[in-house]
Amino acid sequence: MSMAEGASMASTAANSAAARALLQVDNVGKRFGGFVALENISLSVPAGERLGLIGPNGSGKSTLVNCICGTLRNEQGTVHFAGQKLDGLQAHQRTHLGLARSFQLPRPFVSLTLADNIRIPLLYTVARRRGSHHTAHEIEERCAKLLNEVGLGEKARRLPRDLTQVEMRKLELARAMAAEPKLLIADEAMAGLTHSEIEDILSLLVRLNEQGVTIILIEHIMSAVMSFSRRLVVLVSGRKIADGRPEEVMRDPEVERAYLGQ
Amino acid sequence: MTVRTPVFLLVWLVISAAVFAGSLALGNDYIFFAGYVVLQYVVLGTAWNILGGYCGYVNFGSAAFFALGAYSSVAIYKLITENDFYRMPIPVLMLIGGLVSGVVGFGMGYLTLRLRGAFFAIATLALAVVLQTLVVNWDFVGGSRGAYIIRPEQIEPIGNYIRYLFLLMMVLAVAGITIARLIEHSRLGYGFASIRDDELAAEAAGVPTLRLKLIATTISGALMGMAGAPFPYYIGYLQPSSTFGLDYAVNSIAMPLIGGTTSWVGPLIGALLLGSLQQIATVTISSAVNLLIVGCLLVIFVIIAPNGIVGLVHTYLQRKPEDFVGRRRVEAEMPGRVP
Repeated sequence: MSMAEGASMASTAANSAAARALLQVDNVGKRFGGFVALENISLSVPAGERLGLIGPNGSGKSTLVNCICGTLRNEQGTVHFAGQKLDGLQAHQRTHLGLARSFQLPRPFVSLTLADNIRIPLLYTVARRRGSHHTAHEIEERCAKLLNEVGLGEKARRLPRDLTQVEMRKLELARAMAAEPKLLIADEAMAGLTHSEIEDILSLLVRLNEQGVTIILIEHIMSAVMSFSRRLVVLVSGRKIADGRPEEVMRDPEVERAYLGQ
Repeated sequence: MTVRTPVFLLVWLVISAAVFAGSLALGNDYIFFAGYVVLQYVVLGTAWNILGGYCGYVNFGSAAFFALGAYSSVAIYKLITENDFYRMPIPVLMLIGGLVSGVVGFGMGYLTLRLRGAFFAIATLALAVVLQTLVVNWDFVGGSRGAYIIRPEQIEPIGNYIRYLFLLMMVLAVAGITIARLIEHSRLGYGFASIRDDELAAEAAGVPTLRLKLIATTISGALMGMAGAPFPYYIGYLQPSSTFGLDYAVNSIAMPLIGGTTSWVGPLIGALLLGSLQQIATVTISSAVNLLIVGCLLVIFVIIAPNGIVGLVHTYLQRKPEDFVGRRRVEAEMPGRVP
């Protein structure tokens, strides 16, 4: 099978899949100068999926997330979300459509209290989406509820500088959840956490998934990825080398060689 | 804590009326002459703070927006008053000045807001230089020679014209702080704060950052232009080098910084304090000391109170008890571990 045939088959498959999939990434490519960060990445994520995205450092995971979320512009390929083409949309417009992400390094709004951190997506995404404004009281309640869900309820009036690293990551997740996304991309939400803390965040993500939110988890901690993911995608040097059921993917010799070392 | 806006406005209008009545009772028009400058700085500081304090974009071009307001008044004076002897009312001039500066603020924002930090600051400085060069070479508004504006001696029923200008600037100052406070407590204010803290995270949370920044540059520029519009009538002789002077740029940054940038109170306190000090120094020592005062105070505040007077008060009033409780709890759990 030639490359062209493969590509056309892939795109036909993609077109039919795009109708069903919540997120449809087609042949996305991104370069930084001469460095190819992403090369022909195609990925289809149906609604309700729990997808793990793994790969060594510098393999392009975060770049892919940035291209999907609009933080970076991909030079090649297209991204569809919920049947809509995302090309040319700015990051905040994609968030309005229902795409939320947490950042690899927590980026809290440092001068705002935790409750006000949560308030931003409520004011700018949720209120807008429904076409009607919440009352001030409803917003207060939502903030409190979301912070309670991640176990930060007592610190609602504190500033992010009073938080530990773990709490910072929980705040990052809570803020992404506050936007009431259809798809949540958690970019290394667990790096540096202890086992019980990882358990906390995993169960939070599973609960969210059970409420109908599609989740892409980017993670280095294999035990967490394996227990969470229903499907695993592996990136190496900007290329997708495997995509399938986690156990099968981990047995793939190419994955073993490239990702886990020989 | 949260007073409704109409109440807030009413309180300040009453305070303003009291100040005006008090100044009248003193029977010396110099009070109005000096007070006008202080109030002008309240407006400039408040306007600067909407972009600089709320959004975190440092504007070094305040003088340019101020001068735009002043020169639009000069242009209208040359165009209409000198030919037809019709005197455009100053409130109308203020609106026009605000419009011109607001439009330029929007344009500047559109061109420069993709820049961050120092680059944005340099771009605003460049704007000031470009505009000054334009005005210096525009003969119609006096060019480098400057322009004379003949103002009436009296206005009915207030008396001396300076009282009228003082009153207008006071109304503008009240309007300015009301707008700033309104922004602070609104959806817009939260959006501005998120931009100041982390623009990437703000976008990810759904904040249309570019649009909000354009709103900020427009409001900020418009207020500065409105503050500048009556200036030719105050000074009588408008000269580019002083209208685009360093004083305006430096003062409108220093006053919010010394007062505190996170709320409308900061620029108000900073401008009242610094502006009054400068006026007193002008009379008692020399007007040349003005920038020296600003410089020294700025250095002192950067060292002892980086969050300004408001931050200082806040620390003493609110954080102290909370920290103390926290400390005691930690002390009880881990004796000797608290530094």
